[in-house]
Amino acid sequence: MRIFDPHIHMTSRTTDDYEAMYAAGVRAVVEPSFWLGQPRTSPASFLDYFDSLLGWEPFRAAQYGIAHHCTLALNPKEANDPRCTPVLDELPRYLVKDKVVAVGEIGYDSMTPAEDTALAAQLQLAADHGLPALVHTPHRDKLAGLRRTLDVVRESALPPDRVLVDHLNETTVKEARDSGCWLGFSVYPDTKMDEKRMVAVLRTCGTDRVLVNSAADWGKSDPLKTRRVADLMLAEGFTEDDVDQVMWRNPVAFYGLSGRLDLEVADTGATHEGNSILRGGE
Amino acid sequence: MNHPHHIPATPETGTTGDDHGTPDAPNSTAAPAAPAAPDAPNPPDSSDPSDTSDARGAGGTAPAPARPAGTSANGDRAGGKGGTGGEPTREGNGPAGEAPLPHPARTPPAELREKLATRLGEAARAWFQHALEEAAAHPGRHGPISVWELRLAEAGRRCGPAGADAVRVLILHAARAGTDALTRVYFQGTADERRAVLHALPHLVTGPDALPLVEDALRANDTRLLAAALGPYAARHLDDHAWRHAVLKCLFTGVPVDHVADLERRASGDAELARMLRDYAAERTAAGRPVPDDLHRVLALTASAAPDREADTPHGKES
Repeated sequence: MRIFDPHIHMTSRTTDDYEAMYAAGVRAVVEPSFWLGQPRTSPASFLDYFDSLLGWEPFRAAQYGIAHHCTLALNPKEANDPRCTPVLDELPRYLVKDKVVAVGEIGYDSMTPAEDTALAAQLQLAADHGLPALVHTPHRDKLAGLRRTLDVVRESALPPDRVLVDHLNETTVKEARDSGCWLGFSVYPDTKMDEKRMVAVLRTCGTDRVLVNSAADWGKSDPLKTRRVADLMLAEGFTEDDVDQVMWRNPVAFYGLSGRLDLEVADTGATHEGNSILRGGE
Repeated sequence: MNHPHHIPATPETGTTGDDHGTPDAPNSTAAPAAPAAPDAPNPPDSSDPSDTSDARGAGGTAPAPARPAGTSANGDRAGGKGGTGGEPTREGNGPAGEAPLPHPARTPPAELREKLATRLGEAARAWFQHALEEAAAHPGRHGPISVWELRLAEAGRRCGPAGADAVRVLILHAARAGTDALTRVYFQGTADERRAVLHALPHLVTGPDALPLVEDALRANDTRLLAAALGPYAARHLDDHAWRHAVLKCLFTGVPVDHVADLERRASGDAELARMLRDYAAERTAAGRPVPDDLHRVLALTASAAPDREADTPHGKES
């Protein structure tokens, strides 16, 4: 089984996670830039983070046989902080980089005017750079947030088939699907979706345009949730081809819209025999 | 432990009077294969990892990953209309099994360009040609970013990862990038772009001005940056203390010392390096761990006579 986790924050995870993910079949991940839990206070803090997503983290992932790409953006929560918004001016020079496969996570947190501005501006940046967009839907007031998100997408230069709306659930999946966007589901231990509900949604809405992710980060989360969903799909009568479509081909197709997906794991050269992380930690 | 490469602070017990920097040995320190490919690369698309059994037990030590199929990145519905995106250009890799490209830091640009041109697919070659012409015609900045910097950023997806280092080095060369431009590109670059800047240094910078870039890369934990930092430019300009620590860091992190340009010349007669190596060997032995083969190799080099100390290696010799 091959798995592509289309949304996971590996910066917050350990090398044990990388090992376990590889053992579970994960061969590719996309890491969206997001909030770090601790608020940032300047654009420079974003730039170091972006550099890390384009430098150190793919190197770490490659040592465990996992291809790593990223999506870059000003996240919805920090779009409200005027100390952070100047990072929007820095984004263009990052969005031309190899291995940036979308603009994201963008979207709404509290549905403020500042978030409106950042979302619209970044959908335009995606269109300008030939990139699709990963759009987070809010945790609070979710259905209203989804509707407002879809309105902004409709008014943008980016066609809906280049937009992935994420963190969907039973109450938002229908309208999201009708919009023509790609459909993302985050499976969590306690919140968001769980495996059983995910499989039930797949049964009613099918496997077309559906992506399942762990969205694992620094909170209570589980980087193997993708595999758990795949196992439950098989147990409940889905075919291996169905699983492959959801867990591999759909994310490959969506992020492939960037023209920048390179799923061959970069040879880390010098560390082929001696993993630098393990070696140094001896 | 996430500070694996903290080299133990080894107090300098007085210098040994070796101030390397002689032109004794030519720069032909047996240029090894390109750093990215010391091991035979796995053939692309070779296997379909549809079975996790092979994945189990893949420990962290260099899992030999089954290559996922589907590198085309064109899934069922990838309608890839891409502004600056474009289509993936895997063709740039050249036929499988071909010999690796010559080392981008140790090969004169003209020769590198010639070898590279035969390896790129048609679309990649056209893009590359155009990028070189643009860079030569517009080396300066206009607007927020110069056009060759954009080309530098997208070289990997245009020409394929195998040739990207060489392509980037040649774009930098065509743009006649000086220390200021190289510094900007390095610090605004991805790991791949940074590596290319390091490879370009011996072709573009004659004095020690660009050493801060080398020093930055030597602090990194990304071993590909470490390997690239130790090219001919570092061999010429890095001071003894930093150079010795860099060699030791190679041994710590498993970077083959073949990546260290001019190793023989700089190591020979270096008693302080020999002391550091012996101390490290003793530490490994005390811990019940093997001593890397490369350590013995470098130690043997230190025992050979110190070369004549004359003027610095003529700049630009590799170019």
